Amino acid sequence: MAVYEPADRSVGDGTSRAARSDHSHWNWLLVVPLLLTLYPPLYNHKTPKLFDIPFFYWFQMLVIVVSVTVTLLVYRKSRI
Amino acid sequence: MFDNVNGVELTIFVILFVVVSALGFVAARWRRADDLQHLDEWGLGGRNFGAWITWFLLGGDLYTAYTFVAVPALVFGVGALGFFAVPYTIIVYPLVFLVLIRLWSVSHIHGFVTPADFVRARHGSSTLALLVAITGIVATMPYIALQLVGIEAVLKAMGVTGHVPLIVAFAILAAYTYNSGLRAPALIAFVKDTLIYVVIIVAVIVIPYKLGGWGEIFGAAETKFTKSANPNDGVLLGGPAQLQYATLALGSALALFLYPHSVTAVLASRDRNVIKRNMAALPAYSFILGLLALLGFMAIKAGVAPIGSNKATGAPGDANTIVPLLFDKMFPDWFAGIAFAAIGIGALVPAAIMSIAAANLWTRNIYKEYINRDATPKQEAMSSKIASLVVKVGALVAIIALDPQFSIDLQLIGGVIILQTLPAVAIGLYTRWFHRWALIAGWAAGMLVAFITLYQIPQKKFGPGGAITIVKAHFGGNGYPLSKFGFDTKATIYAGIVAILANLIVCAVGTLILRAAKVPDGVDATSPTEYFADQDDPRLRDLPAVVH
Repeated sequence: MAVYEPADRSVGDGTSRAARSDHSHWNWLLVVPLLLTLYPPLYNHKTPKLFDIPFFYWFQMLVIVVSVTVTLLVYRKSRI
Repeated sequence: MFDNVNGVELTIFVILFVVVSALGFVAARWRRADDLQHLDEWGLGGRNFGAWITWFLLGGDLYTAYTFVAVPALVFGVGALGFFAVPYTIIVYPLVFLVLIRLWSVSHIHGFVTPADFVRARHGSSTLALLVAITGIVATMPYIALQLVGIEAVLKAMGVTGHVPLIVAFAILAAYTYNSGLRAPALIAFVKDTLIYVVIIVAVIVIPYKLGGWGEIFGAAETKFTKSANPNDGVLLGGPAQLQYATLALGSALALFLYPHSVTAVLASRDRNVIKRNMAALPAYSFILGLLALLGFMAIKAGVAPIGSNKATGAPGDANTIVPLLFDKMFPDWFAGIAFAAIGIGALVPAAIMSIAAANLWTRNIYKEYINRDATPKQEAMSSKIASLVVKVGALVAIIALDPQFSIDLQLIGGVIILQTLPAVAIGLYTRWFHRWALIAGWAAGMLVAFITLYQIPQKKFGPGGAITIVKAHFGGNGYPLSKFGFDTKATIYAGIVAILANLIVCAVGTLILRAAKVPDGVDATSPTEYFADQDDPRLRDLPAVVH
């Protein structure tokens, strides 16, 4: 890690960095995995089966992929 | 101690265990600092871990050996309800994505090592910080003890009995954690996670093939649960179990990153992007966990009987042994040995990080706050190193001298009580609206509700013909019956959610009262822009000059 002289300290305050924020419309996408998993009646079914695995199980495994995609998207879009 | 031991399995297990222990000691020199005698070095690995190390470290930290034996055991026992671990670990990352980067930034500017450090600065209350620290330590201790249960399950399956091997394993773990700090689990996590990935991927390909396919496996599970008298088990969730499933997933997710060991691993990362990338990449472990949960169904099809179970007397036995037994049955000895090593080593990584996190809480929020206010960084590091030993001895004694059930009960309580730090820590990262004394009152209310609800939950056994026997009168689970609130339903709700709701209500009402009474707020030592500072920010504290 670099060592900053005290003189550098003034640069950090009140400049562009102060305007940094974590607000972004893209953040709302993070709600999608929650909606898909926190309402069990949505997926508490046996059919359709995939490779003989009941819907309940493969659907939730699929939501993992959705969650990754969404999180990556938010990360990319909100990068400052 | 070594009757009926499988020699091949044990040899491979011991070899891998020795290799990993050596790594643990060598880790002290890895990415070496000039001096380990500083808490940022010993307790946070230099605060400089990149994306890959953090991924392995957090993965090794959050997905513990106990998870790996207990989740399939739960699926083996009750079916769909045990699969809650998957939605739990799906929602946790999007849920905490924005929260953790704030915690990272403000912690790096102020040099916070524990969540209680943050609470103290943010709310200007050392009482609240102490409560958060004690909650963290109490919740973490039984979790460490349960890692021993994970190792024990593997040893039992190999035919090794007695406590001596367990003591030896933990003594080695204690020694290299003392020596290398967080660098040891970080390095070992590479081996642990690689082994776990290989074992699980092979398992979900080979075992279903041997058992005749997924159709057969789920068919066997269906038959088992249809015969069982328990209304809550099944390949799908029973009606009343759905609320329990969702609230358990949500409550567990909210609690996960309040645990001190999760915070430790997060604070050890180099910058905000490392955390963000990990929130996207960590679900790879959730996928493995999902596959692992399905091993519970495979064990049903394979006819695995837990060690200690007896059909004639109806004794359930130790369900935690089903995954090791399944491996023993389905794999050749050499691969079973690797699989057992994966679980055994899997216990070491979280146990090390948890003991470091608990030790840091002790040092920063009790030792430095109340015993030695002028502690030098070197004294802080020393205090943590010794505390990490004490914590491990405590866990070992809890497992050997007391009934392991005691640790399991405590861990159940631990998940609920750690959730009670949510308003002070997680909500505190966003707002200071809650008054500090209201937060304390809310915490107390949450704790009280946690104990009352968990105390009232019995563990039931369903006999043929609908006969219900109470196996344990108290602390028998975490599903609190809604009927106790006067609702006409059989549904249960995760006790943690009830407790946190009580906590939040008291926080809000208390805040309004205290504001009306003009009780002064604490002083906030943080400023709004500090929550977005990244590694390039000059305000960021450099690693303090090494103390010689």
